[in-house]
Amino acid sequence: MHIFKLIFRNAFRHKLRTFLTVLGVTIAILAFGLLRTVISAWYAGVEASSATRLVARNAVSLVFPLPLSYKDKIRQIEGVKGVSYGTWFGGIYIDEKNFFANYAMEPKTYLAMYPEIIIPSEQMTAFLRDRKGAVAGRKLVERFGWKIGDIVTLKGTIFPGNWDFVIRGIYRGRDNTVDETAFFFQWDYLNEALKKAGRSWADHAGWYLIEIKDPHIAADVSLRIDKTFKNSLAETLTETEKAFQLSFISMTEAIIIAIKLVSFVIIFIIMAVVANTMAMTARERIGEYAIFKTLGFRGFHIGGLIFGESIIITMIGAVFGIMLTFPVAKIFAHELSAFFPIFNVETKTIYMDLAASFVVAFVAGIFPTWRAANIRIADGLRRIG
Amino acid sequence: MKIPFSYSLRNLWTRRLTTALTIVGMALVVFVFAAVLMLAEGLQKTLVETGIYDNVVVIRKASATEVQSGVDRLQASIVDTQPEIATGADGKPLLAKELVVLITLPKRGTDKQSNVVIRGISQSSMGLRPQVKLIEGRIPKPGSSEIIAGQSIAKRFKGGGVGETLRFAMRDWTVVGVFDAGNTGFNSEIWGDVDQLMQSFRRPAYSSVIFRLRNSSEFEQVRQRIENNPRLTLEAKRETKYYRDQSEMMAKFLRILGLTLTIIFSLGAIIGAMITMYAAVANRIGEIGILRALGFRRRSILTAFVIESLLLGFLGGFIGLFFAAFLQLFTVSTLNFQTFSELAFSFSLTFGIIYKAMLFALFMGFIGGVLPAVSASRMNIVEALRAS
Repeated sequence: MHIFKLIFRNAFRHKLRTFLTVLGVTIAILAFGLLRTVISAWYAGVEASSATRLVARNAVSLVFPLPLSYKDKIRQIEGVKGVSYGTWFGGIYIDEKNFFANYAMEPKTYLAMYPEIIIPSEQMTAFLRDRKGAVAGRKLVERFGWKIGDIVTLKGTIFPGNWDFVIRGIYRGRDNTVDETAFFFQWDYLNEALKKAGRSWADHAGWYLIEIKDPHIAADVSLRIDKTFKNSLAETLTETEKAFQLSFISMTEAIIIAIKLVSFVIIFIIMAVVANTMAMTARERIGEYAIFKTLGFRGFHIGGLIFGESIIITMIGAVFGIMLTFPVAKIFAHELSAFFPIFNVETKTIYMDLAASFVVAFVAGIFPTWRAANIRIADGLRRIG
Repeated sequence: MKIPFSYSLRNLWTRRLTTALTIVGMALVVFVFAAVLMLAEGLQKTLVETGIYDNVVVIRKASATEVQSGVDRLQASIVDTQPEIATGADGKPLLAKELVVLITLPKRGTDKQSNVVIRGISQSSMGLRPQVKLIEGRIPKPGSSEIIAGQSIAKRFKGGGVGETLRFAMRDWTVVGVFDAGNTGFNSEIWGDVDQLMQSFRRPAYSSVIFRLRNSSEFEQVRQRIENNPRLTLEAKRETKYYRDQSEMMAKFLRILGLTLTIIFSLGAIIGAMITMYAAVANRIGEIGILRALGFRRRSILTAFVIESLLLGFLGGFIGLFFAAFLQLFTVSTLNFQTFSELAFSFSLTFGIIYKAMLFALFMGFIGGVLPAVSASRMNIVEALRAS
């Protein structure tokens, strides 16, 4: 028991130094936790995707559409339960800064496939009745202060002109992995305007969303769909919703790798800081350690003292860091909702925080322990200060 | 009287381990700081150098990029007749009607797909972009299914090398040449005959019209004429501005990310320096007392300690920059959010960055050392002498 008391007393002998080290660890763990949360936010779309949904798009790339006639052909394919379709609209609200996802979709079938999107039933009927109607996510509505009945004008980038929409509904997510910043409207509204203008995108869909009966047959169904349209003018590429989301992320892989690397760099930095503190502490106490040895304590006792101190200091910092992660992440989530619609601290992140701080504490203790354990008693006693 | 410089230097040497650890911490921070700046610089360089000041890009109104734009043949030929367009060596106007589409291609090694820009080029396209040079093979013959690939495409994508074929738009396309476009975004593009590409992608309209001004000052004039013409729904931009606008979001993202990280990291490093310097002062109370007794002024002691911590910062900055310089060997490829296409760029170290990083390192050293130095200089002679 006495040894714990000693470790504790030792840890706070230099109040200022301990305070600074704890502060350093707190900042590092906070930064590490936030960076990890950024990474998980990046993958949020993947996590939220369902295994029973497939996405079919033009094999050339997303900027090419698929004819509307594919809808019925896909429905006939074995294993398909339902088909819906949508088109990326890419409209700008007032300024390019105000980016949010906006797309046209066939409302009845599309929403039936997304049970995680919850719209109150009277808003739903109002939306279905109004061709110019649109539904926006809860967070998006809060961001721009819209309310039901408001007219929102988007400037089309892919489809030129100013497009007016009436907010008819506000949707919520079933749980906090659902993106609540999207904006969608009736596909027919877009299509009719395109037809009138005689554009090539008329009667074409950007992608098909396919619900399958059983997640195990996803690969077979995808193959069957792609085979059906092989050698046609618009070949399809069908993949699970997850793979579809991942394909976007893999393109930005360089950024994710950079963030991951950087999150480890901060651990190295704090390792250097804690190791520095421990090295100084051990150097100052060489004389004491020599006395311990004279009294008959062994090298591992002294090692225990140093490691114990290192762990105490790091853990205090880590606990503060983890506690701060939650409120700071909340502020981030609010400020960066345009970049990251979902920004939640995962439990996994907390475990990684703890693991990282243990590694730091351990590494920081190695060198001073080695020095203190190996010093000869006479040398230790001779050294002053 | 001043305390000799070697005093500070030797103090650092006495506490080698502590000094080294502090410097490592600072070097890492400077490394990250420099890396982010170099990345943003490299990106900007790539996209800005892609454009030429006297070239004008004409795209459909409100479409920020060529991929979203559409210019039909009638509108393109109206632009063709503008008098401000320079004349090429062959007597024809230096103007190219181009098609830009995105396709997904698998990368070499992995089978990961990435978006690639395919550009349909006209006769004058090469002439409009003197930075693009053919380094292997030949230019595609007009009217054939031949393409040339940018250097980074040839290197990183399946079927991108000379003699290989790529399959898209229901046709096989033979790569007959590889071009080097220096530091520009064209390196991540594939070029082929515009009419062939329009046919096979079934596009009735061009994406953009690019021309050279015969006189740089006439830009405003031709821009107004194009934008006010009721038959045209187009807008004209200088090529440099067009590419700068495209990198805006990416550059902003990098800047925000970099700035946030550096601020947090530097807090850690400053704390490290502070711990070191406080310890340096605490261990030397007796010494400081003697120095004061010998007649050194408070100010000299303050300076000596500040110099010591500035030295820490300087060494950290130097080491960090040294390693950051090696980053120039790497190329980063990522998706540009705005154009939605693959873009390769490299880290680029400029004197501005060296200067900023060094200044930043010294600043960290100064902040870390100033408080301990002040407390050292404020010590009472008698008490300090008694302490040892």
